[in-house]
Amino acid sequence: MATQQTSAAARVLVAPSVILLFLWMIVPLAMTLYFSSLRYSLLDAENSGFVGLQNYAAFLSDPDFVSALLNTLILVASVLVISVVGGILVALLMDQPVFGLNALRLMVIAPFFVMPTVSALVWKNLLMNPDSGLFAWIARLFGLQPIVWFTNYPMLSVIIVVSWEWLPFASLILLTALQSLDEEQKEAAQLDGAGAFSYFFYIVLPHIARAITVVILIETIFLLSVFAEIYVTTGGGPGVATTNIPFLVYKEALLNFDVGSASAGGIVAVVLANIVAIFLMRIVGRNLEG
Amino acid sequence: MAMKQTVGKRVGVTALAWLVAFLIFFPILWTFITSFKSELDAIAMPPKFLFFNWTLENYVEVQSRSNYLKYAYNSIVLSVGANIIGLLIAVPAAWAMAFAPGKRTKDLLMWMLSTKMMPAVGVLVPIYLLFRDLHLLDSLWGIGFVLMLLNLPIIIWMLYTYFKEIPVDILEAARMDGASLFNEIAYVLTPMAVPGIASTMLLAIILSWNEAFWTLNLATSNAAPLTAFIASYSAPEGFFWAKLSAASTLAIAPILILGWFSQKQLVRGLTFGAVK
Repeated sequence: MATQQTSAAARVLVAPSVILLFLWMIVPLAMTLYFSSLRYSLLDAENSGFVGLQNYAAFLSDPDFVSALLNTLILVASVLVISVVGGILVALLMDQPVFGLNALRLMVIAPFFVMPTVSALVWKNLLMNPDSGLFAWIARLFGLQPIVWFTNYPMLSVIIVVSWEWLPFASLILLTALQSLDEEQKEAAQLDGAGAFSYFFYIVLPHIARAITVVILIETIFLLSVFAEIYVTTGGGPGVATTNIPFLVYKEALLNFDVGSASAGGIVAVVLANIVAIFLMRIVGRNLEG
Repeated sequence: MAMKQTVGKRVGVTALAWLVAFLIFFPILWTFITSFKSELDAIAMPPKFLFFNWTLENYVEVQSRSNYLKYAYNSIVLSVGANIIGLLIAVPAAWAMAFAPGKRTKDLLMWMLSTKMMPAVGVLVPIYLLFRDLHLLDSLWGIGFVLMLLNLPIIIWMLYTYFKEIPVDILEAARMDGASLFNEIAYVLTPMAVPGIASTMLLAIILSWNEAFWTLNLATSNAAPLTAFIASYSAPEGFFWAKLSAASTLAIAPILILGWFSQKQLVRGLTFGAVK
């Protein structure tokens, strides 16, 4: 379709974006790979040299890495379950004939626009503080001992905060998908006397299945790199209880100044994210054909 | 009878929906209310919900003690500036890919998307060291550049899906009439593309405003935006909840309002067109 002239022009127009993104991704990534094969500490820059895969061996066999990997998986999986199941429920509720849907939608999506440092600090202090937080007050109303959230259940606390940020996202996307469900199909199911459960499992769920997949994949990409929430609340602690892989790499690089080890950790994070990315790309790619 | 039942059910469902929405929204509302309390009222037990001495002193204090306006200025410069530059680079690219697609256009789009999958920690070390050597740490230009690159794939993708919806016939008619490439873009395409460009810009600003990995790691003081400003409240001295709430309200209010306007486009932008 495109003439030779327009395709040459097209190439010129696309070039800046391609070059910039190439420089942004490939060059630093190559550098990370290179650093990961060096003994390289910022505190002792003189004493650097090639060490092959030693950084990987050290990073992967570090007990902190194992717990960071577990923490990352626990955080991602828990928030996914909470936000997707909760998101489906919220979306189903909002899809009913309710009064004031627009106002409701604004309230539900709002937490998604709150910057991570704010949501983490507001939850940690105003809500979850064991002395003067709102949850402590509610616990005492029922005669219960207030929970010392970030000390006794640090990971659960982080999961709650991050879930609050992502539940709105899942709700909004799933509501959008629900609203595209054909009215006629709904009526046909009702006429056929489908019960609420069979209606949900045979009509609704298949219809929003793709949206659910997209939500899971996109959230996974963001959740694999949760950082600010941990940075301002627990600092990865107590101990390494809330240290996930991004936070561990940050600690190695900017607190311990160990460039080699941090780079090896960075590459591990890249491999993890790419496994998820491959699936997401397939789904989006299929959409592109349509 | 049947009529009555439906109305009754509708009221019940509405009440439940409002309760759920209120609970989800509550932490934001609570922050807003707390920002008008004195520090003593903020930690009072039982909590004071509405009946306390409403005061603006926290807002005054947040500005005079920690110079809120400087951080707000940095946030605005970073999120608006970076994305204007991003748009200037992305519009021609998206235009070319939507209207003059080649054999590899699809692969190119997928590759751009794949750069978004790269976790930031994978490139933190080299970027940090490069920035240190180029004296870009804590500079608006350096951080703005990173934010621009972070959003570039999303901007191109959103624009691409919007441009795809513009009928090609119109462009061909313009071409027949002898419009040059420049004229085609300036007079035919742009007016039709303005809504798409505007919502793309809105989403990109929101994402940059809330970006909290690079801004926390690359900025220390001069170029620090509001994300870093709020983070400085994580190790406070003495009573600080009311001030934290005032600072938080100031940090999220502008973007909350922008976000409410752009929620429809948000779905499309964040799912790369996979859910519309």
